[in-house]
Amino acid sequence: MRNTMTGIGPDPAARRDRLLRIALPIAIGIVTIIGWDLIVRINHIPHYILPGPLLVARALVDNWSTLLPALMVTLQITFMALTVAVLGGVGLALLFAQSKWIEISFFPYAVVLQVTPIIAIAPLILIYVDNTHVALLICAWIVAFFPILSNTTLGLNSADHNLLNLFQLYGASRWQVLRYLRVPSALPYFLGGLRIAGGLSLIGAVVAEFTAGTAGKGSGLAYRILESGYRLNIPLMFAALALITITGVVIFLFFTALSHLMLHKWHESAMKRES
Amino acid sequence: MTAAAPVTGSSGESAAERPGAQPADVLVKMTGVGKRFDNGVVALQDLDLAVGRHEFVSLLGPSGCGKSTALRLIAGLGAPTSGVIEWTDPAHARSRTDIGFVFQEPTLMPWATVFDNVLLPLKLQRRSDAGSEVVDALAMVGLTGFEKAYPRELSGGMKMRVSIARALVTRPRVLLMDEPFAALDEITRFRLNNDLLQLWRSQAWTVVFVTHSVYESVYLSNRIMVMAARPGRIVDEHRVDTPDRLVVRDDEFRTSPYYNECCRIVSHSLAQAMRAGGG
Repeated sequence: MRNTMTGIGPDPAARRDRLLRIALPIAIGIVTIIGWDLIVRINHIPHYILPGPLLVARALVDNWSTLLPALMVTLQITFMALTVAVLGGVGLALLFAQSKWIEISFFPYAVVLQVTPIIAIAPLILIYVDNTHVALLICAWIVAFFPILSNTTLGLNSADHNLLNLFQLYGASRWQVLRYLRVPSALPYFLGGLRIAGGLSLIGAVVAEFTAGTAGKGSGLAYRILESGYRLNIPLMFAALALITITGVVIFLFFTALSHLMLHKWHESAMKRES
Repeated sequence: MTAAAPVTGSSGESAAERPGAQPADVLVKMTGVGKRFDNGVVALQDLDLAVGRHEFVSLLGPSGCGKSTALRLIAGLGAPTSGVIEWTDPAHARSRTDIGFVFQEPTLMPWATVFDNVLLPLKLQRRSDAGSEVVDALAMVGLTGFEKAYPRELSGGMKMRVSIARALVTRPRVLLMDEPFAALDEITRFRLNNDLLQLWRSQAWTVVFVTHSVYESVYLSNRIMVMAARPGRIVDEHRVDTPDRLVVRDDEFRTSPYYNECCRIVSHSLAQAMRAGGG
């Protein structure tokens, strides 16, 4: 009997399925790029309106020396904001899990931070905070921390009721309930939040850079987009845009892989099914 | 085994023994116990129940009659709003390890292996040298070799065995079971019934077993307490085993006239209880 559980060898159907999962999105991407190129060529669209994909690629290569440092700046802000969002979001969620009154008191203000458009408060933050780098970090953090807080709080409160009773029956301490039950229960929720927050921290960083860029400071990818817009260097604009998009996709894939790695042994969302 | 004088009970159909009499060696006693929830629902009212040492008592009743609530109160998961629950051995009241609890669902931690799930009660007592006890508990329920498996890799019956092993690992003297086999298919349920009885005999436990199955309660129990709803209370009591008739539980018993007669009487009693509770 051919069975992946017994380690005899991968099923050809499963191998084909895995191949298609990678090949199909790539094929769609290639078709889109070819279509884009054809539209530009057939309609003779000038490059300052819509550059063709080859021109964008050339701009990416030619300007790599300026784009790479800009990417690094954006990535630095993104990951620092995400790290602070994880620490702050998880820390606050753990605090909320200790008392519903703490949660009731503070959660509305977390929502206020989330629903206030970052683009509207970024200029204020840039005025109040002298260090532009720190100001950008705060902007990106505000956007990224809510999904972590919200999901982790939900996860910590989603521990199986009967298991909570069991812990109570055996006289578990609050710390043991947290460590052995609430935290593992919250893990899938936290990782879901992390996937959202990863993308959002990049968006937050870019939005903040745009705002800071208009004030004449900043050297991230957003500033490169603004700069090339002023110079009507549309291919470079597209190249910077492509880099941001690719970065976002890579961040998403990274956290998807991390989530799979941590959950595939037990959680429904990461398990393979025969049917 | 004959169908004569099958079950003693307060319904009066063959009262060889006075109904409501306390067992000789009482382990836990509930007197006038009531439970009212915060939403005003009265789950239990004036409940009297005495469970004897090494006895197998079933709480039988329709949904919502408070049988699970009664079990949880015995376990100490919540306090009664009226009445008292007394353990004749004061050590029971103190020791958390003296009670094993099995829920209707296996209630396993999906992120932990079978071994770690069974280890949990000992881990919570900060016992790091408990490996052999986990192995023993798994052997008792016939799951040797499954230590490294995750719950998702097990069948429903095997998950329930893990749950029972977890309840056994602290070597409790009292086992409280809340409809543990309700979600299982009949074949698995029969097998687990037999395994449970074998363990009960060999380990000399006291078992309080909540069920809504007449057949299961008659097969397993020494004594069956029939409960009615609104409010939850005990309305009838039946003894399957009497001092002069200790029934041997085996496949023959399941098809015996005595078993069928017991089931008939308990079913009748349950139907009356359901009418009394408006069910």
